[in-house]
Amino acid sequence: MLEVDIYKKLQGSAGEMALDINLSVKEHEFIALSGESGSGKTSLLRILAGLEEAEGSIRFADEIWLDEKRSFPTQKRGIGFVFQDYALFANMSVEQNLLYVNRDKALARHLLKLTHLDALKERLPASLSGGQKQRVSLCRALMNRPKLLLMDEPLSALDPQMRRQLQNDILNLHKEFGTTTIMVSHDPSEIYRLASRVFVLEQGKIIKEGTSKELFLKAQGSQKFSLRGELLDIIKADVIYIGVVSIGQQIVEVVLDEKEAKVLQVGQSVQVNTKAFTPSLS
Amino acid sequence: MTVWNSLDFEPFLLSFKLAGLTTLILFMIALPLAWWLAQTRCKCKPVVEAISSLPIVLPPSVIGFYILYALSYNSPIGAFFEETLGIKLVFNFTGLVIASCFYSFPFMIQPLQSGLESLNKNMLEASYIAGKSKLKTLLCVGLPNIKPAILTALIVTFAHTVGEFGVVLMVGGSIPGETKVASVAIYEFVEVLDYTTAHIYSVIMIVMSFLVLLGVYTFNRHQSHRLGVA
Repeated sequence: MLEVDIYKKLQGSAGEMALDINLSVKEHEFIALSGESGSGKTSLLRILAGLEEAEGSIRFADEIWLDEKRSFPTQKRGIGFVFQDYALFANMSVEQNLLYVNRDKALARHLLKLTHLDALKERLPASLSGGQKQRVSLCRALMNRPKLLLMDEPLSALDPQMRRQLQNDILNLHKEFGTTTIMVSHDPSEIYRLASRVFVLEQGKIIKEGTSKELFLKAQGSQKFSLRGELLDIIKADVIYIGVVSIGQQIVEVVLDEKEAKVLQVGQSVQVNTKAFTPSLS
Repeated sequence: MTVWNSLDFEPFLLSFKLAGLTTLILFMIALPLAWWLAQTRCKCKPVVEAISSLPIVLPPSVIGFYILYALSYNSPIGAFFEETLGIKLVFNFTGLVIASCFYSFPFMIQPLQSGLESLNKNMLEASYIAGKSKLKTLLCVGLPNIKPAILTALIVTFAHTVGEFGVVLMVGGSIPGETKVASVAIYEFVEVLDYTTAHIYSVIMIVMSFLVLLGVYTFNRHQSHRLGVA
């Protein structure tokens, strides 16, 4: 059980902001932290890891990591951390990166095999692809058999196909090692696939909490389909207007009337809703 | 061949001995300070940086004058060393080493500090998270990833000490076998119009300096490529 009740003043891009978080996570749970950039997600992870200071309290299992009197040092918290930029030790080979954390050769071999990296164990990080580097980083984070695994947008620098493969790796390792996992992510499909609960942060506060199904599948009103996207272009075609909208990895066209075309602006975030139709999946 | 045979290589040996010792001592002193400067958010950082860079801008005569002033028998420091420990600090090799350490300090600390500052902070934090102490992180993760900066610091400090002239002349004088280093020797050959020997000494200095620098740049290029730095 992880119990967090912390407060910290942050210098964000939009001036000063107070990070004020109160949450609890059950053992073996997979939690996602979502929210716009600058909302305090990364700071929260860094405070949990002991890399930044804060006021308040953090308790994990039967240990007190933070209270008014003291802050438990990072080195003794026994956590795993996966950075967005991998942060591999550039001077060490793949295998050495793992063994530096813990000299357990059998565990290193096991992890490298699970993530299909065994053929690359002698290579230096500079010669690996992004997906391979992040796999190494994930394996390295598990070498201490951490009870708590923290991941800061681990897959955001990877292409969609690589993301899906790594999502499977993450899920398998989370189950096998029985970690309590907290992951920062912006991608609803990723959160849906991996996390059992989501906290949405805004301006340093938790504004929504629930299962990924509750938070992402809810369409407002009576629409059957409700998709968020970015308006890329408005094209005039005879008497009508066509809005080009990017949704996820797809680009779609939506018919607009003149009034809508005048109100909407290119680059704006829009909601595409539709009611009466029966889509088919193929 | 007679000129070549009569050449005295002692000034060169002395220069290299001085430069080697200075480089070794400065590495020990500058590394902890560079590590601290690279990590600290202390408000006094610019003050420390300014002081450590002073020898670059000051004329060597100013440094030489104050070192002479501080280490001579007339100052408390000089008197303490000579009376209590029996060590004379000026006009001998010990004095030269002390003076060189001041004079070459910025050339050691600046490459080390910028190397350590350029390290990916997350990489160091990953080591702390793995349970490793700051010292272990510096030795196993920090230093191996700034090899080019370390080599630059060592070589530039060495070369700069070999090339020093003003401070050496002021603090050491020109005692053969004790403080007469190559740069001072060349100055004296020119003064007595022995251009042939001055030419030979100077060409030796140019060729050796070039080879050393060429070696550094070749190594750094190879290292950056290997570690994916640039």
